[in-house]
Amino acid sequence: MKTDKKRGMQTIALSNPPVLAGWATIVGPKEGESPWQNYYDKILSDYMFEEDTFEKAESKILRETIKLVVNKNNLQLDDIEVFLSGDLLNQTVSSNYAARELEIPYLGLYGACSTMAESLVLASMLVDGGFYNKVIAAACSHHYSAERQFRFPVEQGVQSNPTNQWTATAAGALIVENTGIGPYITNLTVGKVVDMGQADIADMGSAMAPAAVATIKQHFADLNIPSDYYDLVITGDLGSFGMAIAEQLFIKEGIVPQPNYTDCGAIFFDKKQKVNAGASGCGCAAAMLCGPLLNMMKIGKINKLLLVATGALMSPITSFQGESIPAIAHAVAIEN
Amino acid sequence: MSEVNDVTKDALKKINVKEYGNLVKEMKPKRALIPDLIWAFVIGGLICLVAQFIQNQFIINGVSILDARASTAIIMIFLAALATGLGIYDILGERAGAGTIVPITGFANVIVASAMEFKKEGYVFGVGAKIFNVAGPTLVFGIVTAMLIGLIKFFLIS
Repeated sequence: MKTDKKRGMQTIALSNPPVLAGWATIVGPKEGESPWQNYYDKILSDYMFEEDTFEKAESKILRETIKLVVNKNNLQLDDIEVFLSGDLLNQTVSSNYAARELEIPYLGLYGACSTMAESLVLASMLVDGGFYNKVIAAACSHHYSAERQFRFPVEQGVQSNPTNQWTATAAGALIVENTGIGPYITNLTVGKVVDMGQADIADMGSAMAPAAVATIKQHFADLNIPSDYYDLVITGDLGSFGMAIAEQLFIKEGIVPQPNYTDCGAIFFDKKQKVNAGASGCGCAAAMLCGPLLNMMKIGKINKLLLVATGALMSPITSFQGESIPAIAHAVAIEN
Repeated sequence: MSEVNDVTKDALKKINVKEYGNLVKEMKPKRALIPDLIWAFVIGGLICLVAQFIQNQFIINGVSILDARASTAIIMIFLAALATGLGIYDILGERAGAGTIVPITGFANVIVASAMEFKKEGYVFGVGAKIFNVAGPTLVFGIVTAMLIGLIKFFLIS
């Protein structure tokens, strides 16, 4: 059976494009020193956020971001019918504990660093399908909670690689509504898991680049639109090296997105901030979207945006067992 | 019979895993070897120099060579633990690499760093269970190697 919303193999064209009614983001101290600092709603002065563990701090960042976006739109928490969120920690605890405090019906997600796109994809489907009128899509990550789960103790003297990325301490939350003013979500492409055999856990960019390129290519093919349709195509957190690989793949595939293609991770920090290949984490795409990107859409600097958040779906356990890194990318088209 | 084309499959066909692996290998930026070697030599060497100075002080003050060696190791471990706690050792490690990992101070660093990191999970399941998280393999294989060499020595001498 062919549905009236499905386009091609993997893309959904929403028939009643949901509105992004509001957005908010809170970022950590280092993240707040980046070139985008004026676009963020709140910059923390310290990584603990008045909590006693990094995990609690991460959850609080998400919780406060959601409260902030609700306040900014003059709503109450009760007005939100369901919220979708995810993070990088085992059992997505940051989101779960935020949901405990917020008392909003909750669907927890895991898409690694692609979570912002995953939650937006599902939120807009829920709204477009007429199931809900007001949904929050969110994602968060915290540098130090991710470090202790995926890498080494903070104080251990380890040398970094040029392909290493800095997990961003940040959360972003958006209100997706059925009517209202704001940018619309028009099309969605749900990505496939792509694994090109990369197994270097110090280099997520080259594991994720093929997934991003596959999703972008499928998006253009499914909708039958030219690769210069969008003002900006932006991937999630390939970092500067992953982005360079993706650009090579674009040329190979003959779909160079014009006029602009860039990557949230590669531009998230200033080069002077010493983060090797750039930023990563759920919070990277989330903060870039809810900070600079949507605010630029609001003032008309960008009118057609394709966000392709990317996620490396590995764990330290599978890596030690010799598995390669599977990756995923979902695309969300946002238009004025 | 659908007119839609699954470009993901095409894309994967066009560039296979091996080809992609080569592309990544070719493009991947690497750390510059020469500066890394120099930094490792200088900082690793300085750590050894400090240790040598301490040991000489012991010997000058009439401590036997065996006791001087043991005492020096204890002091170096203390200094590394202190530097880890003050957040200095990881900054040195970023520059020096093997220069800070190989000396006994590197061993102290990984143990103290793990203890600090996992204190939040309590003294039993946090510090107690995870203190050798990184240092554990060094201990296991260090002890196994020591036993093997001990056995070889035992049989060669007898």
